[in-house]
Amino acid sequence: MGLIGDLSIQITQMLVVLLLSPLLTGFVRVVKARLLRRRGPPLLQPYRDLIKLARKEAIVADGASWLFRAAPYLIFAATWVAAALVPTFATGLLFSWSADLIVITALLGSARFFLALAGMDVGTSFGGLGSSREMMFATLAEPALIMIVFTLALIAGSTQLSTVAGFMLSPEVGLRVSLGMALIGLVIVAIAENARIPVDNPATHLELTMVHEAMVLEYSGRHLAMIELSSQLKLLLYVSLIACVFVPWGLAPVDAGFSAHLVGVAAYVGKLAAAGILLALFETTVAKMRVFRVPDFLGVALMLGLLATLLRFVSRGL
Amino acid sequence: MPLVGFFIGDVVLLVLGGAALAWGRQRRGSDAVYGATLVLSLVAFVAALAHLLGASGTAETLVLPLGLPWSGAHFRIDALSAFFLAVVDFGAAAASLYAIGYGRHEHEPLRVLPFFPVFLAGMNLVLIADDAFTFLLAWEFMSLASWALVMAHHREAGNLRAGLVYVTMASAGTFALLLAFGLLAGTDGDFTFAAIRAHGPTPVVAAVVLGLVLFGTGSKAGLVPLHVWLPLAHPAAPSHVSALMSGVMTKVAIYGFMRVTFDLLGTPSWWWGIPVLITGATTAVIGVLFALVQSDLKRVLAYSTIENIGVIFVALGLALAFLGNGFTAAAALAMTAALFHVLNHSLFKNLLFFGAGAVLTATGSRDLGRMGGLLNRMPATGLFVLIGCAAISALPPLNGFVSEWLVFQAILLSPALWSWALKLLIPAVGAMLALAAALAGACFVRAYGIAFLGRPRGPEASDAREVDRWSLTAMGVLAVLCLLTGIFPGVVIDALAPIVQAAIGAAMPSQSAIAWLSIAPIAESRSSYNGLLVFFFIVSSALLAAYAIHRFASAAIRRAPAWDCGFPEADPITQYSAESFSQPVRRVFGNFAFRARERVEMPPPGDLRPARFEVTLVDLAWEMLYAPLIGVVGRVADVLNRVQFLTIRQYLSLVFAALVFLLLVLASWG
Repeated sequence: MGLIGDLSIQITQMLVVLLLSPLLTGFVRVVKARLLRRRGPPLLQPYRDLIKLARKEAIVADGASWLFRAAPYLIFAATWVAAALVPTFATGLLFSWSADLIVITALLGSARFFLALAGMDVGTSFGGLGSSREMMFATLAEPALIMIVFTLALIAGSTQLSTVAGFMLSPEVGLRVSLGMALIGLVIVAIAENARIPVDNPATHLELTMVHEAMVLEYSGRHLAMIELSSQLKLLLYVSLIACVFVPWGLAPVDAGFSAHLVGVAAYVGKLAAAGILLALFETTVAKMRVFRVPDFLGVALMLGLLATLLRFVSRGL
Repeated sequence: MPLVGFFIGDVVLLVLGGAALAWGRQRRGSDAVYGATLVLSLVAFVAALAHLLGASGTAETLVLPLGLPWSGAHFRIDALSAFFLAVVDFGAAAASLYAIGYGRHEHEPLRVLPFFPVFLAGMNLVLIADDAFTFLLAWEFMSLASWALVMAHHREAGNLRAGLVYVTMASAGTFALLLAFGLLAGTDGDFTFAAIRAHGPTPVVAAVVLGLVLFGTGSKAGLVPLHVWLPLAHPAAPSHVSALMSGVMTKVAIYGFMRVTFDLLGTPSWWWGIPVLITGATTAVIGVLFALVQSDLKRVLAYSTIENIGVIFVALGLALAFLGNGFTAAAALAMTAALFHVLNHSLFKNLLFFGAGAVLTATGSRDLGRMGGLLNRMPATGLFVLIGCAAISALPPLNGFVSEWLVFQAILLSPALWSWALKLLIPAVGAMLALAAALAGACFVRAYGIAFLGRPRGPEASDAREVDRWSLTAMGVLAVLCLLTGIFPGVVIDALAPIVQAAIGAAMPSQSAIAWLSIAPIAESRSSYNGLLVFFFIVSSALLAAYAIHRFASAAIRRAPAWDCGFPEADPITQYSAESFSQPVRRVFGNFAFRARERVEMPPPGDLRPARFEVTLVDLAWEMLYAPLIGVVGRVADVLNRVQFLTIRQYLSLVFAALVFLLLVLASWG
C-alpha cells in the first residue's frame, strides 16, 4: 500500500482511539448500571461531560504553579502517543518502530509522573494522599508490566508491538503456560492502573479510599476534561493491548486490503464490547480492597510476570 | 604522547595553580580558582573528546622518571581512559561554572578552594595512570582531596563522623586494590599494566583479584554493603563538590573496575558476571529504597547515586556474563548500556546536586520538611531540576530512559546463555531493575513534589530567591544535554563504539546508518527506539491539544482558594510531608529492607501532652556488618591498651621475646 496507506492507517488509528475511548467508558458505565438494575446514564454521556467541561472556565487554586496548568496537556499527550502505538484494528502501524512495548510502558509512567506531581502542586492533603498511593501502586505495577513485556518479547522474539501482534496471529504460537500467566498478570495490572474496583473506585468521591480522584481533586474545566480523556484513553489502551496480544483474531495484517481493515474495525469494536461487559461484570462482583491489600494483589501480578519470564528463560516450549 | 603530556601538565597546573591562586588572592580567590578550573577542565574535555572521536583505537603512552626509582611513572590514554576523562572533565567544568556563583556563599573559602583543583587533578591522574603504583597513588590522592572537601564544614553536626567513616572506608578500599595489584603483578614485581596484561593470571588468582577489585572499587562507588559512607560523606561536602563526588568520582571507581576486569584480567570466566550481577541488583534496590525515606534533599540524591551505580554494575555484570560465555555482540550491547548510563548519571546527578545547592543557597536548608512551593519562587531552577528528575526517573524522551532501555534489551538476549545459574539469576535481576526504576520514579516525584510544589512550609521557603546566573547557566547546560542525549542516542552509541570494540572485540552496529535517527541494538525487526520522534509526538500532540482547547472551547481562567473537598486547611503544615508521602512504600517494603518500625504514643484523654509518632529505620548493612566489626576492633583495642602502661622491664622482656620468636621462625623456615 505504500507510505500513504501506512500513514492513513496511523492517522485513522490515532483518531479511532481518541474518539472511541469515551464510548468505552460510557459503555462500561451503562453495563454496570444495568447489572445493578439501574437505568444508568446515556451511552454518550462521557462525550457530553467532556464538551461541557472543556467549555467551562478553569478554576486554578491560588499558589498553583505553571506545572499544574501544563500537566493535563502533557499527561494527555503521553497517553495519546502511547495509545496510538498499540495496534487496534491493523498491525502495520507506520510509527510502530519508533517506540516498542517498553517505551509504551515508560510513556504511561511519564503520564503518571506528571499526574502525581500535579496532585501535589496545590498543597492539599488529599492531593498528596492520592499521589503517594498512586506511586506506591506504581512501584509494583510497573515492574509487573515490564516482566509481562519481557515474557511477550521472549515468546515473539521482539519488543515491537506490531511484530508481537503479527507473531500472535501466526500459527506457531500455540497454548503456553507463560502466556496464560502473562494474561492474568496483565489483567491485574490493567485493573490497578485504570483505578477500577477492587483497587480504586472510579465512581467514588469524598472518601478516604480514593486514589485517582484525590489526585485530580483540584482540577476543573478544560484541565479536568484533558485528565478525564487521558484516563479514558488509558483504559482503551490496556483493552487494546490485551486484545492485540491475546485475542489478535481479526487484526488486519500488514499490506492487507481495504476490506480486511473493515473486518479489523468490526472485530475491534466487538472486542471492546466484550471487554467492557467483562470489566463491568467483574467490577460488580468484587468488593473494593483496603489500600494495603493492593500491594498483595499487585504482587501476584509481579510474581506471575517473573515466573513467566523465568519459564521463557529455562524452556522454549512452555 | 602529546595528549598524555598535556594531561600531565593539566594535573600539575591544577595542583600548583589552584593552591597558589587560593592563597595569593584572598579577596576574589574563589572566582579565580573556579575560573581557572573551568578553563582547564573545558580544554581537557575537548582534548579527551577529540581523542575519543578522532584517533579511535590508538593509545598514547608516556613514561616519566617519577615515582618508584626502578620503574618510573607510566601514563597511557586509550579509548576507555579518554571516555572517562571526557566525563570527568565535563563534570568538572560544569561544577566549576556552577561554583563561580555558588562558591561566593562559602563562609570559609580557604577550606574548599585549595582542595578543589587537587581533587580534579587526582581524578584525572587515576584515569591516565598506566602502572599500579601511579594508579594507587592517584587513587589515594583523589580520596584524600575529597576527604578534605568533605571536612570543609567540619563544625556542622555529623560531618566529623562522615569524614571518619569516609576515610576509613576509602583506606579499606585502597588496601583491597593494593592486594589486587600485588596479586596481578605476581612475583616479578613489574607493576606496569603492560606487564600485567602480558602474563595472564591463573584462574584462582583471577578470581581472588575479581573479588578484591569488586571490594576496592565498589567501596568507592558505593556498592551495597560498602555504601555506608556515601550518604554521609557526599551531602556533607559543599554542593558542587557533592555533585563531583556523586556524579563523577563514582565513575572513576567504575573506570577502575572496568580497567581491571575487562583489560588486565584477560578473558573472563563464565561465572564472573554472577557476583557483579547480584551485588549490582541488590545495590540498585536497596539504594533507591533508602532514597525514598530520606528527608534531607542531598541525602536523597546520595542514595539515588547508590541506585544508579547498581544499575551500571548490573550492565557490567551482563557484559561480563555474555563475554565469558562467548556472546560478544550481546556483551557489546550491555557494555554500551553501562557506559551510556555512566554518561547519563554524570549529567543528571550533577544537575540535581546543583539544584539541591541552589535550594540550599535560597532557603538555607536541606530539610525537605521546611520547603515547598519553590517552583513559584525559583522558576528556572525548578524547571531544570524537573528535567533532571524526569531524566533520572527514566522517562522518555530523556536520556535516563535510553540507557535503561538498552539494559533491558541486553537482558532480553540472555536466554541464549547456556549456564543455568545465569538463566535463573538474570530474570530476577531484570525484575529488581524494573522495581528499582519504578521506585526511582516514586522517589523523585516525592523529592520534587515536596520541595518545589505545594505551599511553603516555612519562612525560608516563602522568602526564597532565585540563584545567580552562573549557577543557572550550569544547570541549564546540563538540562539541555539531558534532553539532547535522550533524543539523539544514536550519536552517543556510535561515539562509545571504539571503547567497546577495544574492550570486548565487538561493538554495537553503527546507528548513524539507521533512518530517522532511530536506535536498534540488534536488528530493527527486534527492537528499536526513536527518541526524537517520541519527543516530537509528545510536544506536537500537547501543543495541538492545548491549541484546540483554547481556540475552540475555553481559555478563561479564574484564581480561587483551593477546593480540597470543601474543607481547605489554611495551615501549610496540613500538606502531605516527605515522611507521609513515603509511608505507603515504607509499609510495603520496609520490613525486609530497613526493618521499619512505627510507634505512636497517644496520651490518654485529659492529658495535654502532644501525641508523638516515631519511625525507626535500620540500615541492615550497618547493623549486621559494621557494628559487630566496630565492636571487635574496640575490644581488641581495649586489650592492647594495657600494653601501653607497662614498666621498662616488661617492655624489655617483650622486645626480647619478640626477638627470640623471630629467630625461631627464621630457624624453622630455613
